[in-house]
Amino acid sequence: MKSILQMKKGSFSYIDGTYIFQDIDFSLEKGEVLCLLGPNGTGKSTLIKCLTKILSLDKGTILYDGVHISDLSTEEIARKVGYVPQSHFSAFPYSVKDLIVMGRAPHLSLFSVPSHKDFDLVYESMETVGISHLADRPCTELSGGEQRLVLLARVLTQQPEILLLDEPTSHLDIGNQVRLLRLINNLAKTGLSIIMSSHFPDHAFISSQKVALMKEGKLVGLGSPDTTINEENLRNVYGIDVKIKAIKDGINRKICIPII
Amino acid sequence: MSEKIKEGKISRKNLFSNSINIFLLLLPFVILLFSMFVGRYVISPIVVIKIFLSKIIYIEPTWLPTMESVIFEVRLPRAIAAMLVGAGLSVSGASFQGLFKNPLVSPQILGVSAGAGFGAAIALLLLNKLVLVQISAFVGGIIAVAFTYKISKIYKTTPLLMLVLSGMVTAALFSALTSLIKYVADPLNKLPAIVFWLMGSFNAVSRRDILFLGPFIVIGLTILILVRWRINVLSLGEEEARSMGVNTEQLKFIIISSATIITAACVCMSGIIGWVGLVIPHVGRILVGPDHKKLIPVSLVLGASYLLIVDDIARSVISTEIPIGILTAILGAPFFAYLIRKSKSGWNY
Repeated sequence: MKSILQMKKGSFSYIDGTYIFQDIDFSLEKGEVLCLLGPNGTGKSTLIKCLTKILSLDKGTILYDGVHISDLSTEEIARKVGYVPQSHFSAFPYSVKDLIVMGRAPHLSLFSVPSHKDFDLVYESMETVGISHLADRPCTELSGGEQRLVLLARVLTQQPEILLLDEPTSHLDIGNQVRLLRLINNLAKTGLSIIMSSHFPDHAFISSQKVALMKEGKLVGLGSPDTTINEENLRNVYGIDVKIKAIKDGINRKICIPII
Repeated sequence: MSEKIKEGKISRKNLFSNSINIFLLLLPFVILLFSMFVGRYVISPIVVIKIFLSKIIYIEPTWLPTMESVIFEVRLPRAIAAMLVGAGLSVSGASFQGLFKNPLVSPQILGVSAGAGFGAAIALLLLNKLVLVQISAFVGGIIAVAFTYKISKIYKTTPLLMLVLSGMVTAALFSALTSLIKYVADPLNKLPAIVFWLMGSFNAVSRRDILFLGPFIVIGLTILILVRWRINVLSLGEEEARSMGVNTEQLKFIIISSATIITAACVCMSGIIGWVGLVIPHVGRILVGPDHKKLIPVSLVLGASYLLIVDDIARSVISTEIPIGILTAILGAPFFAYLIRKSKSGWNY
């Protein structure tokens, strides 16, 4: 079976010779959630930017449905892949619906403006994410959690096959974190493939079928959360001792407990 | 109950935005008509309307032929020029503010006016023929921005910060060269000509100017109006825009070249007029919000109306004409100070 996304021997450097990440191999199947784990500064965000072609690999290849990324235009990629950045800043206080409709850009020609149909899709994705009440609010006056959800609605309006979420749960309270993870699970069930980076191995247990562990720009583990997130790997990657416990009692999930 | 309140709110909001639309649509026409009878040579409003109507239907002339020629040879071309320049500078300003993600940017940021000023100054010094001065100014403006674009190019991209810094370099360089020309120019004859040209005026505008320079402004405006919605996406930053499929280098090039052609043509027509491209988009944002889909057309209408009023003041308040560049600064600077203190609506910085 052909993977929806494949990276082969991917390497990237800003300055020649100093690699941010190197020799990364992985693939993503339809409907799969892949969680990128690793310490700060290990190249997770850079890797995600390379997948959207914001940045270009120095070595290696990225294939979408078997097609080389360099054979796809920015527009074609944006129709396949939606990206939610870690942080967002707008100099102008666009209303939330005006911000979300910008996700239609790859589907509209250079000289056109969004139509009623495009706004229908905007309302639809606001409904999915549960932020319909924010439609007319200025996007500069949102809380961190609301902003994350607005960006998620925008990326859904883009109607891609793959979502790239750069630390979707950072800066969110525990309630919003869980709501967001639930949303990610629901979206994956509708057939979307998702790559998200995270600082919480627990989140991989909650919503991922595949985990990629990175350390100093290299892949040190790839596979199912159960096999990849183990005490030895976490000690190797983060340099701390972590106990992993399987919880029964109707929860049926593993959790990570750092040893202080 | 709550549904009803909601509906009431929406319809009131629609009513408000509809009345703004109607106001904005009528504004330039009302001011244009007003501009025809205001001035040193008084023509009554009714006669002005009659003179215009007589071009469409037959009306027994009850007015002097001088009146007709004042309107069609002097006031109308001048008013059209003022409207074209006002619209051009405002739309360029609004587009640049979106492109640079910064509401404090004016169309001059990449050095177009400094370059055009230098082109005009050197032609006034050496050639002293109006047509050649205008061509030299136009070419000077384009060369200056091409120079800015070139030095800010890193690999295949032109980062915004590099563009702004290169624009400062270019503007400083061309301003210094203009000063040099003023320094060597004959102080009795050439120097005043250069100084007055740079201050800006619609005094010398002719029909020929409108025929030759007008199309540049109109084409630039049309292109910026067509890409207006994409400016929203670009204003979120290049990385985010690219992730939404926008070819940012192409769009930047389209915006910069359109705004540059517009501004260069404006300088050719009327000299350097500041503060319009900076202030008008702010007024637009207060009226219709930051969405460029609305802001660009609104800036066009407001800019055209504003510069026409200012030109009416420039030519009719005192017996000699006040250079319009001085007036726009005297009116624009305090107004801008008022805006940035009073309202934060439309931008966030």
